Amino acid sequence: MFRELIISIRALLVLTVLTGILYPLSMTLIAQVIFPHQANGSLVNRAGQNLSSPDGSQAGSALIGQAFDSPQYFWSRPSATAPLAYNAAASTGSNLAIGNPAQLEAVKQRITKLREADPGNNQPVPIDLITASASGLDPHISLAAAEYQVARVARVRGISEEQIRKLVRENTTPRQWGILGEPVVNVLRLNLALDKASSVEHSDGA
Amino acid sequence: MTSWTIIQFLIYLAVLLLCVKPLGSYMAGVYEGRLSRLGKLFHPLEKLIYRLGGIKADLEMNWKQYATAMLMFHVAGFVVLYLIQRFQGMLPLNPAQLGAVTPDCSFNTAISFITNTNWQGYGGETTMSYFTQMSGLTVQNFVSAASGMAILVALIRGFARKQANSIGNFWVDLTRSTVYILLPLSIVLTLGLVSQGVVQTMKPYVSVALLQPVTMDQPKLDDQGHPVKDTDDQPVMEQVTIKEQTLAVGPAASQIAIKELGTNGGGYFNVNSAHPFENATPLCNFLEMLSILLIPAALCYTFGKMVGDTRQGWALLITMVVVFVAAWVGCQMAEQNTHPQLASLGVDTAVGNMEGKEARFGVANSTIWATATTCASNGSVNSMHDSYTPLGGLIPMLLMQLGEVIFGGVGSGLYGLLVFVLITVFIAGLMVGRTPEYLGKKVEAFEMKMSSLAVLAPALAVLVGTAIAVMTTQINASICNPLPHGFSQALYAFSSASNNNGSAFAGFGANNPTMNLLLGLVMLLGRFWVKIPVIALAGALASKKYVPTTDGTLPTHTPLFIGLLISMVLIVGALIFIPALALGPIAEHMEVFAG
Repeated sequence: MFRELIISIRALLVLTVLTGILYPLSMTLIAQVIFPHQANGSLVNRAGQNLSSPDGSQAGSALIGQAFDSPQYFWSRPSATAPLAYNAAASTGSNLAIGNPAQLEAVKQRITKLREADPGNNQPVPIDLITASASGLDPHISLAAAEYQVARVARVRGISEEQIRKLVRENTTPRQWGILGEPVVNVLRLNLALDKASSVEHSDGA
Repeated sequence: MTSWTIIQFLIYLAVLLLCVKPLGSYMAGVYEGRLSRLGKLFHPLEKLIYRLGGIKADLEMNWKQYATAMLMFHVAGFVVLYLIQRFQGMLPLNPAQLGAVTPDCSFNTAISFITNTNWQGYGGETTMSYFTQMSGLTVQNFVSAASGMAILVALIRGFARKQANSIGNFWVDLTRSTVYILLPLSIVLTLGLVSQGVVQTMKPYVSVALLQPVTMDQPKLDDQGHPVKDTDDQPVMEQVTIKEQTLAVGPAASQIAIKELGTNGGGYFNVNSAHPFENATPLCNFLEMLSILLIPAALCYTFGKMVGDTRQGWALLITMVVVFVAAWVGCQMAEQNTHPQLASLGVDTAVGNMEGKEARFGVANSTIWATATTCASNGSVNSMHDSYTPLGGLIPMLLMQLGEVIFGGVGSGLYGLLVFVLITVFIAGLMVGRTPEYLGKKVEAFEMKMSSLAVLAPALAVLVGTAIAVMTTQINASICNPLPHGFSQALYAFSSASNNNGSAFAGFGANNPTMNLLLGLVMLLGRFWVKIPVIALAGALASKKYVPTTDGTLPTHTPLFIGLLISMVLIVGALIFIPALALGPIAEHMEVFAG
């Protein structure tokens, strides 16, 4: 038994060096050389360009959503992170049961907020716009959730709905390889593109 | 069910089944000491581990020696992992300057990772440093999986050997599982995941400037950092504007790869594979889901090959696939609904229940994952099971309660199912009045005692554990939903811990001394009270002589036997758990949909 204990400790030590130090460090090294943009968090700058590593100009990550409640931006999905939505240092879902009164109350408030920002819009509300994502950091909304917001953003920004829809299409990720997952719109990329389009519009007008 | 949903499920199942034969046959070669060309590449590593570890590779062990070696190894693993967490603050690679993990959380987490459960009471990015994640948790991700595979191989030798008193060498089986199977697959998967956007870096957390700053209310603090109170003793609130977002990153991909392949399931981040940095794209999701069932499925073929009759392996695989498909259909049907009140509020509910699900995965990829991760004792999640519809959440819970024998953990799933095979053979033998046999080995009293122990111990731990938990005063603080869902949260926690799954109804507040201790003990019970009887079984079977097949032998590869085996698994599981399920998800379903 004592002999086995000694072997245990020695074997654990060797396996720790192999799987707990050499393996993750060599993977990091290779990842940083081959896929630096992805390995460092898919950062993008204000102009929507991909960055290979944080250089101070990062405006966000293409994979991590941000909270928007101004009518001129497309809104992300509700987030249950604390103390505020889209806290990317502490991910969490709401973990509320669908029948929990707190959940139904939260849904009602979200619908009210959407309707207040867009009076007169009586389309059915896409369900992903009023339910919290699993991570609290969902970077995407469904195509229906984007379409629901097109008229509001167009009106507030004074840009045609057609032009907004074009931007939505440009920032849509289709099903991967035509099959996998769901088609979605990247909210941060779309809003960055909107700001870019608006500033072009302004300088044209001036 | 839309055609997109069905197509994605069928592709998943097809790719999984296509991998079974090549990987299964490769693994049989590894355990029988026949090396392929790829194997030769890693051969020096195997030799080096034997030399540095002081391991005599040609030493054969009887079942007691095998069990002792396994237990000693996990004792060492527990102590080291506990200490790493407790001294985290003084150890390197800790850019977020996270302090020592609490004693009860360290205790729970150490047990959780050595038992291949990977139940997590903590949130990864707010609790564990890069060093702890890599050198503590990742290591146990490998070796706890390898230990499960080792014991399966010992049991297979029990069937394959005749009148032998040894069942192999634990150290050799452990090392080979790690070096030839888990490590190469993890390296390939890591790079695949990073290419899709899973992070792999040693740099500290990244700050980004928000496109739209947000304002929020927070309690105002005085100079000493205490909250300021008004005349009614209520905290004074002040409005602050948040301009930055901090992105938690780290060496995640290398851990996530083995977390899926080794049916561990412990997330790098709090929300596990729902986190975009842990599961970035649908392709990434597909690779991770495939890895969850890959080795458990392929081991069925390895088994068939090693006992010299691949039909036996296919029969077990078909058993698993049938239950898996049925469970997925049930879960998917349930999740296409949501609370009936939503439609009357003007919500378009056509796509189903999206609370706690990610837009890029949708309902279909969430339910496929939920079913796969609880069929296997993986426990990683890409959606929040706590927010599933009552029946949608019942399916994952029931799959765990079946004892994690439908795919199950790497190694542990198949040895669990083999225990059920022995029980089925025994009962079928009783019905027709013949001596029960399996693969030429007579099933006698000792084998039945060990099999009963292995089936009943985890079930007992679930029910007694849940009962104790709901009687503690702590329970009111732990559950975050009203009854009956609150009860489901506790039942899910103990089902998950005892069957070494590790997924959760994550709203259940488990990171407190009471639950950490209770769940820790239940995990130990659920792992080792199955493992040790199975090793004893391996020893007993190996020592038996071979009984030639006759006309009177019950064939164990036929549809009839598969049907019997499935009913046995379901009947045992259902008899034990239906009363508890009626109090939780079934009552909740009545409340939500009948009210």
